[in-house]
Amino acid sequence: MGKMIANDKDIVVPGENLAEGMDFLPGFGTYRDGDNIVALMVGQLRISGRALKIVPLSGKYVPKKDDLVIGNVTDITFNGWLMDVNSAYHAMLPMKDATSDFITRGADLTKYFKIGDWVATQITNVTSQKLADATMKGPGLKKLTGGRIIYVSPSKVPRIIGRQGSMVSLLKNTTGCRIVVGQNGVVWVDGDPQKEQLAKDAIRLIEQEAHTQGLTEKIQAFLGGSK
Amino acid sequence: MTYTKRLDGREMDQCREMEAKAGVIGRADGSAMFRTGKTIAYAAVYGPRNLFPRFLQNPEKGILRVNYNMMPFSSKGERVRPGGSRRSKEIAFVTKNALLPALDLSEFPNSVVDVFIELPQTDAGTRCAGINAAAIALADAGIPMKDFVASVSVGKVDGTVVLDLTYDEEAYDGPVADIPIAMLTRSGEVTLLQMDGEVNKEDMKKILQLGQKGINDIHKLQVKVLKEKYQSGE
Repeated sequence: MGKMIANDKDIVVPGENLAEGMDFLPGFGTYRDGDNIVALMVGQLRISGRALKIVPLSGKYVPKKDDLVIGNVTDITFNGWLMDVNSAYHAMLPMKDATSDFITRGADLTKYFKIGDWVATQITNVTSQKLADATMKGPGLKKLTGGRIIYVSPSKVPRIIGRQGSMVSLLKNTTGCRIVVGQNGVVWVDGDPQKEQLAKDAIRLIEQEAHTQGLTEKIQAFLGGSK
Repeated sequence: MTYTKRLDGREMDQCREMEAKAGVIGRADGSAMFRTGKTIAYAAVYGPRNLFPRFLQNPEKGILRVNYNMMPFSSKGERVRPGGSRRSKEIAFVTKNALLPALDLSEFPNSVVDVFIELPQTDAGTRCAGINAAAIALADAGIPMKDFVASVSVGKVDGTVVLDLTYDEEAYDGPVADIPIAMLTRSGEVTLLQMDGEVNKEDMKKILQLGQKGINDIHKLQVKVLKEKYQSGE
């Protein structure tokens, strides 16, 4: 019988022994070294049964299948657009996944998206070399015009969305802004300029207090108090 | 004549007073400060990010680039000429080789992780301080690391083996050997071992043992500051 060395919800650092014995299983952010399970990155340890995984607390975004991301169009190719998704890798948005219009060969693609445009897309596929494909066919996927872009740490995105979207719907309802949160740490806010600023301040507060309990109440008080 | 009492009153096997902090540079993806005595090193990590020119890309795993720089006003006496030198290039190279075995960049093909080490004040042991700061900064940037790196310089001053030399000890009037060591803290693998001066086989064994001791102390500090930063949630 193996034994645990670290506890659930502990902050762990790379190279730290987490558990001993073959009856534990290494999950995301961990690896097996002989008998031990060792941390690969800084993060919070989560134990579920025999499996150990780490929830990273920092780091750049790496494209993952089915993620909703907000991209910035950086280049136009023969058959689509290249987007910067706040990561080490580009995402490719092919013409056929961007629109249902019929586009003739050699047509001017800037009619749809120009360089510098912001687009909410979903990642459809990622190769081993991290080449990512994106689509705009899905609910809420659209070109983002107007509003403002806020960059947040990708590891804090789950807190900004909240459980079943509770936090982001709180923000939407109290500020009346339209908000799209990308998994890549890009947030788009559009509405009345003052309300936009309020939403931005609230998001910054969520980022700062991401680790604390009762965050929704805190944000509710913040939004209510500064109305 | 032997070296029986250290110039700054430390024990022979004692490191200088150390201090470290993670997350000191806001715009970097990861950063850290490491100070030992009067030597201060700052490290900033950017990436993994897109790598150009393209011929440098490695489709199998990400690459690491290290930059080492002593600031013009950092040294004792003479101004350090700004810009790269033969020395800084070599130190950047050995630092990269010291850090790379700890990293797991297989998840980041075709990309690069940049490490910038800056030294605003120096008093010997800069490459070791740089490695220590860079290791914290890399972990802070969330880069997968199979192991952790810590580094210390050990030397022999006029016949006595001492830990963590200062500049005055390096410049001591007598035979001096200075040996910077970097080790992976889990596996104990040595990733940096250089020597300036001469030592015999027996002393070398002693030096490696002493280095191990110093590295253990430094590693404890590195772990402590990282946990502190993330426990408070930045």
